[in-house]
Amino acid sequence: MNEKSEVFVFSKENEDRVQEIISRYPEGRQASAILPLFELAQRQNGGWLPKSAIEKITEMLGLPTIRGYEVATFYTLFNLEPVGKYHIQICGTTPCMLRGSEDLKRVCKKHLKIDCKETTKDGLFTLNEVECIGACVNAPVVQINDDYYEDLTEESFLALLKDLKAGNPVTPGSALGRQGSAPLEKETSC
Amino acid sequence: MLENSDRIFTNLYGFQGWGLKDAKKRGDWDHTKALISKGKEWIIQEVMASCLRGRGGAGFPTGRKWSFMAKDDGKTPRYLIINADESEPGTCKDRDILRYEPHKLVEGALLSGFAIGAHVGYIYIRGEFYREAEHLETAIREAYEANLLGKNAANSGWDFDLYVHRGAGAYICGEETALLESLEGRKGMPRLKPPFPAVVGLYGCPTIVNNVETIAVIPTILRRGGAWFASIGTPDNTGTKIFCISGHVNTPCNVEEAMGIPLKELIEKYGGGVRGGWDNLLAVIPGGSSVPLIPKDVCETVLMDFTSLAKVKSGLGTAGVIVMDKSTDIVSAIARLSKFYMHESCGQCTPCREGTGWVWRMLTRLADGIGVVEDIDRLEEVTYEIEGHTICALGDAAAWPVQGLIRHFRPELERRLRK
Repeated sequence: MNEKSEVFVFSKENEDRVQEIISRYPEGRQASAILPLFELAQRQNGGWLPKSAIEKITEMLGLPTIRGYEVATFYTLFNLEPVGKYHIQICGTTPCMLRGSEDLKRVCKKHLKIDCKETTKDGLFTLNEVECIGACVNAPVVQINDDYYEDLTEESFLALLKDLKAGNPVTPGSALGRQGSAPLEKETSC
Repeated sequence: MLENSDRIFTNLYGFQGWGLKDAKKRGDWDHTKALISKGKEWIIQEVMASCLRGRGGAGFPTGRKWSFMAKDDGKTPRYLIINADESEPGTCKDRDILRYEPHKLVEGALLSGFAIGAHVGYIYIRGEFYREAEHLETAIREAYEANLLGKNAANSGWDFDLYVHRGAGAYICGEETALLESLEGRKGMPRLKPPFPAVVGLYGCPTIVNNVETIAVIPTILRRGGAWFASIGTPDNTGTKIFCISGHVNTPCNVEEAMGIPLKELIEKYGGGVRGGWDNLLAVIPGGSSVPLIPKDVCETVLMDFTSLAKVKSGLGTAGVIVMDKSTDIVSAIARLSKFYMHESCGQCTPCREGTGWVWRMLTRLADGIGVVEDIDRLEEVTYEIEGHTICALGDAAAWPVQGLIRHFRPELERRLRK
C-alpha cells in the first residue's frame, strides 16, 4: 500500500456522486457503498487508490480503517500503487492462452521493455496479466483501462500499443471487425 | 435445431440497438402490467412449468429456488439479487445480455422481484465489465423515466427499485454467499450454508440470487408460457441456452440454441468446425473451466445438457465450451486453470487456500516432465482432499479439471515423466 499520499478529498462533482451511491443502500447499511466509493476514488486519483482515500472512505462510512484495508487488498481491481496512463491487462487464462495470449505477453514485454507489474519510464504503460475477463469467444483479449480489445494478433496488438503511444485514436472491440460475439464469416442467429 | 421464432435473445450480437425504443420493438416491456396482474402464484407456476434450471452453472430449478423463500411477514424486506459477476473461464454469455439485451434483464428483474415479493433488486456486475455496466445503467434510467421501474412500476401497483452494484475483480463473488458478503461491503468470503440466502440473505433478509441469463428469460417464458419453454430441449433440460464456443474452432462465437444440442453439431455448425478438421480434436471442456474435460470419443456423441454431461463425468456448468485441438499442450492448459483457481481462492478454507497452490505447482512440474509417476497418484489424491472439504464449491471446481486430466490423459502425463 502506498503511503505517499496527502489527505484525500472527493472533488466537488464526485461529492454528489458519493451521496447518490450511499443512497442506493438501506439506512444503516452504508458499508455496502465501500466498493463503489473506492472505485470512484481510484478513478478520481488517476487509476490508483491511495491509503489516504481508504482511510477517508472508511471514516465516511463509519467503518474501522482495517476494514478498508481488508477490502482494498482483497479485490484485484484496486491498484494500491500508481499505474501508467494506460493499464494494460492481458487475459492469460486458458481460453485466451489457447489463442495466443502468451505471444501477446511476450511481444508486449519486448516492445515496452517492462515486465508484468511494471510501468514504463514515461509513465504511459503499466502491464499486468489478469485472470479471465469474460470475453472468451473473442480471445485473445486485452483490457486497457475501461475497454476491451478483442481478437488480437501480435501485429494488431503492437499496432494498438503504438497508436496509444502516439496519441492516435483507437477503437475498442474486435480487431477483426466482428460485431460482438457473432461468428466471423456468417451471421447465424439474427 | 432451434427455430428462429423460438429464439429469446434476438439481439444477442448487437446488430440492433439496445435502448428502450429498440427493445420494445423486439417485444420487451409489452403489457408487463398484464403479466403482473395475474399474480405471484401464476408467475411462479409458469416458471415451475417451464422447468427452467438456473443458468449460472449449478442448474438448480429456478421455480423451486423461489419457493424456498421464507414466508413474507410484511415487515422484513426481501431482496432480488442478479448475479452478473460472470468470470468462469470460457463463459461470456451474460456479457452479451448486459450490453445488447439489458431491457430483457431489467424487465425480468421487475417480474421476478414481484414474484418473490421483493421491492428492491441489485445487479452485481463484475468490475471489469465497465462498458456493459454503462449500458445497464442507461437501460435502468430509461426504465425509470418511462415509469417501468420505481413507484407503481409499469403501472402494476408494485413498487420496485433496481440498482447496479459493480464488483471489483474477484471470481469468488460469483458464489452467491460471497456475493452477498461483497455487497454488504466486506471481503468476498463465502458463508456457511444453511441457512440459505432464501431464508437469511442480504442484510439477514430473505434473498434470491439468480444468474443474468435466468432472469432475462423470465419475461419471454411468461409471455409464451412455461409449456412453450418446456417443449424445447430434452426432459429435465428444457428451453434455450446461450452457448459460448471458444478455443480452437474456426469461428468462435456465442449462440443461442436448444438445450441438448449435440456437442459435435454445436462445434461444426456454429463454431465453424475444429481448426484443422474434426479429427484434429483433442478434448473439450464443455461447461466452463470448472468441469472436467472430455476427450474426442466422448465429444462425438454427447448432448449438451446437464444430464448427458453428468453421465460422462463432466457437466454443463455455464455452457462455456472450450475446444482444444491436437496442438494443445493439455497439461499446461489445465495447469493454467489451476493457476486461475489459486489466484481466485479467497483463502478462507485451508484445503483450498493451500491445495490450489500445491496443485498448480505440481501440475507445472508435471507439464515440464519433472517428477516420478507416483506423483500423478499423489496429485489425484490431493484433489480429493480438496473436493468436498471447503465451504463453497471453488475447491471442487479447482479439483475437477485436474481429475478430468488424470482420468483421460494419464498416459500423456506418464509419457512426459519417462522422457
